[in-house]
Amino acid sequence: MNTTVREPSQAEQFVAPAASVLENADGYLLEVEMPGVNKDGLEISTEANELTITGRRSLPTIDGTLIHHESRRENFRRTFAIDPSIDVNRINARIEQGLLTVTLPKAEHVKPRQITVS
Amino acid sequence: MNLIRYQAPELSAWPTLDRWSNLRDELNSLFDLPFLTNLQRQDLFSGWSPALDLYQNNDNVVAVLELAGMRKEDIHISLHDGALTISGERKSSSSNGDNAERTERYVGSFRRSVGLPATVDANKVSATYRDGILTVTLPKAEEAKPKRIDVTD
Repeated sequence: MNTTVREPSQAEQFVAPAASVLENADGYLLEVEMPGVNKDGLEISTEANELTITGRRSLPTIDGTLIHHESRRENFRRTFAIDPSIDVNRINARIEQGLLTVTLPKAEHVKPRQITVS
Repeated sequence: MNLIRYQAPELSAWPTLDRWSNLRDELNSLFDLPFLTNLQRQDLFSGWSPALDLYQNNDNVVAVLELAGMRKEDIHISLHDGALTISGERKSSSSNGDNAERTERYVGSFRRSVGLPATVDANKVSATYRDGILTVTLPKAEEAKPKRIDVTD
């Protein structure tokens, strides 16, 4: 008689990556550090006023015994609240050497504008 | 723009607690095997200490370092007296017109040194930097490789 043991389902665990936000007149620049992540492992989505970034790492498989271990194995995920002034249709993202740069432009009507008096 | 509205249920490596977990790891590593006492960090509480993993097999010692967003020209690797040292500098990416709202990323220079568990052939060391991961492969010197000794009768 076969007895199958049901493994408790494990929800995928994530670690929040370090991020920086820079602002200039045209919008925001979000930099997220995710070493080991390239374009294939990256998922970026927006919903309501939230931006969620998920980075799945593709690490080199090393054939050998691990002598010293400091890195974390989990994949990355982090959610950010987006300023309503951001034009979500023009959000742009680029990843290079594990550093993701997301450009979030402010909607035109929000930018400071001079109004001339006739 | 706000960061970190909520983190649950994901694990969060709380940035503000980073330095304290480094301290605990420092203390743990002091109790490790003898050759690991060569594992130095530039300053005990220095800001940027990229995570280093060390592997070995019969032919090589391999060091893997997490270094996102660097240019390979800015990474320096050297070998001296059985210790591997990796250092580099990351320049700030913000230009003058930007106001940094919030930054968790380290900027500036780092330096990691590690004592190697075997003698390596310095002429054959190679390194690749891909997707923000630096992999340094150090082939063991012939005399350091495990040898099989046959028993004769």
